Amino acid sequence: MTETKTWWKTALGILFTALMLFPVYWIVNVSLTRTSDLRKSPPNILPLNPTFEGYSAAFSQQLPQLGTSLILGLATVALTLLIAAPAGYAMSLLALPGRNTLGFILLVAQMIPAVVMAMGFYAIYLRLDLLNTLPGLILANSTIAVPFAVLLFRAFMSGMPRELIQAARLDGAGVWRTFTLIVLPLSRNSILTVSLFAFLWAWSDFIFASTLNRSGDLIPITLGIYQYIGNNTTQWNAIMATAVIASIPAAVLLVIAQRYVAAGVTAGAVKD
Amino acid sequence: MTATETARRSRAGGQSSASALPTPPKRSVSRDSRIAAVLFVAPLVIYLLMFYAFPLYRNIELSLHDYTLRAFVQGNAEFVGFDNYLEVFRSSTFGTALANTALFTGLSLVFQYGLGLALAVFFRSSFRLSAVLRGLFLIPWLLPLIVSASAWSWMLNSDNGIVNAALVGLGLEPLNWLTSTGLALTSVIIANIWLGIPFNLVILYSGLQNIPKDYYEAASLDGASTWQQFWRITFPLLRPVSAITLLLGLVYTLKVVDIIWIMTSGGPGDTSTTFATWSYREAFGTGTPDFSPAATVGNLLILIALAFGLLYLRIQKSHEES
Repeated sequence: MTETKTWWKTALGILFTALMLFPVYWIVNVSLTRTSDLRKSPPNILPLNPTFEGYSAAFSQQLPQLGTSLILGLATVALTLLIAAPAGYAMSLLALPGRNTLGFILLVAQMIPAVVMAMGFYAIYLRLDLLNTLPGLILANSTIAVPFAVLLFRAFMSGMPRELIQAARLDGAGVWRTFTLIVLPLSRNSILTVSLFAFLWAWSDFIFASTLNRSGDLIPITLGIYQYIGNNTTQWNAIMATAVIASIPAAVLLVIAQRYVAAGVTAGAVKD
Repeated sequence: MTATETARRSRAGGQSSASALPTPPKRSVSRDSRIAAVLFVAPLVIYLLMFYAFPLYRNIELSLHDYTLRAFVQGNAEFVGFDNYLEVFRSSTFGTALANTALFTGLSLVFQYGLGLALAVFFRSSFRLSAVLRGLFLIPWLLPLIVSASAWSWMLNSDNGIVNAALVGLGLEPLNWLTSTGLALTSVIIANIWLGIPFNLVILYSGLQNIPKDYYEAASLDGASTWQQFWRITFPLLRPVSAITLLLGLVYTLKVVDIIWIMTSGGPGDTSTTFATWSYREAFGTGTPDFSPAATVGNLLILIALAFGLLYLRIQKSHEES
């Protein structure tokens, strides 16, 4: 009885998942379709005759954009960590005056629409000559991640065992050494979480790229795809092939990093 | 920022804000330690002033002046007070954008939440493969928005889209999903619902985990049907989590630009234009940027988002205290 009941649920679950993931399947399917078959009606449901012409077009035209996005993602991660980790430390383990107010400001900051931020940045960058530059885009992208990162570090570090911090202090470690030698190594998992999200957000950003970096020499992959759509609507296999490639880091990072994120850190560290 | 991205943000944000502040140490804090704290937080404060406060200030300034691109470069725009606001209110786009924003956010939220909750309840009972399938449901959330949006564009394409092919296969008329005035908004709403389901599923599923199993056992001993159990136990006990999910979703759906812009550019005409895409269009969507109205619309959007955002913070606070 129960056996048949769960099998029925599994079947239903597979059906729901298939429906949900159909657009994702469709991206892959179109990416493998021959250019001559793209306008076929009805379209091929299965890539029975797969071709890699979409992928070779994508690689030959979009490789620089993928590189740009990679640099953009990594730099955004670095900048975010550099600002957020010390701030999280000050807000959780040091006696920072006004830390509740700061926490509130960070929560509110997350609610500001990106399009509004983009206009402000545009106005500022125009004067500073930062439009269409990578540093400008990195700075703008980091604003998506920094408030989140500080709040995450604060939450994680305030759960850190006090004995460890006090022991370090008794051994004569200053605030800085305690931070670099104790707090940061123990925060490995939250560092990974922050890095993961900061990278993904920078990698997928469209609004900042399309406003602050419209005519730059180096454009990220999101803008590459967007211009692709605008330019040659006949080559949807290449567009979808680029889309598949652009989705790989997201998938890979999450599969790899999920383990780290889930692992309890301090559990092992305070044993003795 | 679109529902997916915002969802990613908010899920993680929810985790972080859920934990309480540390209790301050009992002993009196030395002055040195305070100075150290200030030094550690200084980069963040400078960063927030430069890259949050200043852009926002510039935005307000833009909305109070009459900025043309020339004035933008030279910095000598004329001060016009609230004229831009009056102009925005009187604009023919205003009513449409207001209605579209309400429809887009409202319908997205109702369906994302409804479907997310149904799926969360469905996945609650563990069955073979349930964890794997639940994991797969997250995929739409991870994809860059441009990827999802272009996939939907191609699927809904009038001539070569799979959706129209399916309609024809069923003996129905093909529809101009993205290019007809009556359907463009519906199309972007459908895509946005699809994007938001994973976020709702994740939050509501974790909310369901916190409802004690004994309640259900007791209820089924008393002869309550599954349907009754849902309405008498699950739904009422999930109310705080539901409120937070919906309000966060609301704040983030209000900001959505990219999915709409990529699929329809807010068109045809204004038929799928929301406040966020209107603002984007004025500033960056046409050849001649019009920053003053764009900033004005953007500021209105901030006000709406903040109003609901503060409501969210209030509800979350009372939820934590209880």
